[in-house]
Amino acid sequence: MSWFKRKEKGIQTATEEKKDTPKGLWYKSPTGKIVESEELAKNFYVSPEDDYHVRIGSKEYFSILFDDNNFTELDQGLKSKDPLKFEDTKKYTDRLKAAEKKTGLNDAVRTAVGKSMGRDLVIACMDFSFIGGSMGSVVGEKIARAIDYAIAHELPFMMISKSGGARMMEAALSLMQLAKTSAKLAQLSEAGLPYISLCTDPTTGGTTASYAMLGDINIAEPGALIGFAGPRVVKEATGKDLPPDFQTAEFVKEHGFLDFIVHRRELKKTVNRYLDLIQNKPLRKGLLADA
Amino acid sequence: MEYLDFELPIKELEEQLEKCQLIGEESDVDVTETCKQIEKKLEKTREEIYKNLSAWQRVQLSRHPNRPYTLDYIRAICGGSFLELHGDRTVKDDKAMIGGLGKIGNQSYMFIGQQKGYNTKTRQYRNFGMANPEGYRKALRLMKSAEKFNIPVVCFIDTPGAYPGIEAEERGQGEAIARNILEMTRLKVPIIVLIIGEGASGGALGIGVGDKVLMLENTWYSVISPESCSSILWRSWEYKEQAAEALKLTAEDMKKMKLIDEIVKEPSGGAHADRDKTFEIVKNKIQKHFRDLKKLSPKELVDQRMEKYANMGVFKG
Repeated sequence: MSWFKRKEKGIQTATEEKKDTPKGLWYKSPTGKIVESEELAKNFYVSPEDDYHVRIGSKEYFSILFDDNNFTELDQGLKSKDPLKFEDTKKYTDRLKAAEKKTGLNDAVRTAVGKSMGRDLVIACMDFSFIGGSMGSVVGEKIARAIDYAIAHELPFMMISKSGGARMMEAALSLMQLAKTSAKLAQLSEAGLPYISLCTDPTTGGTTASYAMLGDINIAEPGALIGFAGPRVVKEATGKDLPPDFQTAEFVKEHGFLDFIVHRRELKKTVNRYLDLIQNKPLRKGLLADA
Repeated sequence: MEYLDFELPIKELEEQLEKCQLIGEESDVDVTETCKQIEKKLEKTREEIYKNLSAWQRVQLSRHPNRPYTLDYIRAICGGSFLELHGDRTVKDDKAMIGGLGKIGNQSYMFIGQQKGYNTKTRQYRNFGMANPEGYRKALRLMKSAEKFNIPVVCFIDTPGAYPGIEAEERGQGEAIARNILEMTRLKVPIIVLIIGEGASGGALGIGVGDKVLMLENTWYSVISPESCSSILWRSWEYKEQAAEALKLTAEDMKKMKLIDEIVKEPSGGAHADRDKTFEIVKNKIQKHFRDLKKLSPKELVDQRMEKYANMGVFKG
C-alpha cells in the first residue's frame, strides 16, 4: 500500500508552478453557500440560498436603484488633498493613490441624480473599497453638494452608508464633516424634502453619529453591522460578552433606530413607495406590497 | 367565533340555522321557509340584545376576542399601500403601538394605534395593547413626520391602559404621555381619532387628542377601567357592573358630555359580526372628516382644536 502514501512530506509544487483558477466565477457566502457570480448579480447580489447580502459598491447600487442604470454623476472630479502631511505605516498620499488604482474611484462616495421608477432622485452612495469607506473632506463636500442639488431642484435625497467612520488621515477635518453634512441635512429638512438613509454593511463610527441616523426614515439591509463604537471596542471597554446579534440591523431596529429592514430585491420599490406616501403623490404603478 | 354570555341566544340560533341549511343540502326536503324563519328570528334577537346593552356589556363587547384590531382596520382600509414604520429613535420599538403610512384613494395618512394580539403568543408580543413610553414617543415621532410633510394623522385607540411597569416609570411614562397630549393640541395637520375598543385613561389620551374624536358604538372611554374603579372605590372587583354604569363610559354618555364628537354605528351584532362592513364604515368616516378638515388653514385647525378642549369641564360659579 505504499503507493497510497506520499513519498515526500509537504507541498512540493513551487508557487510559480501553481495553477491558478480564474477568480470571480463563484462566490461563497459566510455560511458556505456557493453561487455563480452571474447568478449573484442577477439576484441583486444576494446569495439566493441564505439571503446573505454581499457587500457591493456605488456601481451596483446605482444599477439597482436608477432606471436602466441611467444617471448623471455629480462632482465626479473632487479629490482628497493631504493637508496634514499624514503618515502612518504609509503616506496618506500613497494610500490615496493605491486606493484609486485598486478601485478606479476618486474617493469613498459617489453622488448622482437620475430617475428611479420614473421620478428624479438624488443618491449619495459610499464605497467601502476606498479606504474602508472612510469619511474625509471629499466625502463631506460631495454629500453637501448633493444635498444642495436636491434642494435646488426640489428632489428627495437618499444616502447609502457603508463606512468604517471618519478618515483618521484627515483628523479633525474629517470629524467636522459630521457637522457639515448634518447642517446640510437640516437645510434639506427645512426645505420640506424627504431624506432616506439606508444603512448597509457596515455603517459605523462617525457615519452613525451624523447622516446615517438622521433620515426621515432610517432603513437597513438585513444583517448589516450598524453601530457607533465597533464591537471589539465595546467588548474591551466594558469587559462584557456581547449578545450574538449585537449591532446587527435587527438589533438596531428592535432598539428603535430603524424604521424597517428591507431586502435588496425590494429596495427600489419600497423606497419609491415611501416617497409617494410621504409626499402625498398617487402611488406609481407596481408599488403596492404583495398582499 | 367566540360568544359572550349575553350573546348565547344568538349562538343557538346561528347553530340552528346552520343545521337547517345542512339538512337542505343533504336531503330533498325543502327547508327554505324554515331557514328564512330562523334567519328572521336571528336578526330580531340580535337587534333586541344589542338595543338594550348595559354599560358593562358594552365593555365586554369592546374586548370581544373577535373584534377587529388596529392593524386589521389599516390593512383593510389601505390594502398594499400601508408601510409600517418602527422605532422611537431612543430605546426600543414598542410592539403595543404601531404606526405607518397608507393611502385611502390618492390621499396619504399617517396611521397610529395601539395593537392587541389575537392569541396567547401575540397577546404577549403586543403586551396586551399596553404601550410603554417608547410607544408614545414612537407615535409622536410619526406625528411630527406627518406634520412636516403635511399628511393628516389617524389614531386608532384600543388599550386597557399605558403599561404600569418599573421600566416604564424609569423611562418616564407620565412625561411621554404628557408630551404627546401637548404636541397633539398644536399639531398643524388634521387629527382624526377613532376609539375602536377600549379607551383607558391617559394611555388612550396619549394618542387621543384630535379635531374629530369618534367612538364606535360598542366601545368605552374613561379615566379608569370599571374593574380598577371598583377595586379602588368599592374595595372589591365585584362591583365592576356598577362602576361601569357610574363612570358613564359608553359612546352615548361621552357624546352627551360633549367629550367626543361622534358615535360610529356598528353593523348589527357588533363590529365583529361583520368586519368588512365595519372597515367600510370606518374608512368612509375618515374620508368624510378629512374632506371637512382639509378646508381649514393650519391656524384655524389648531385654534378650533384648542377651543374644543378649553371648553371641557363642568363647574359652578
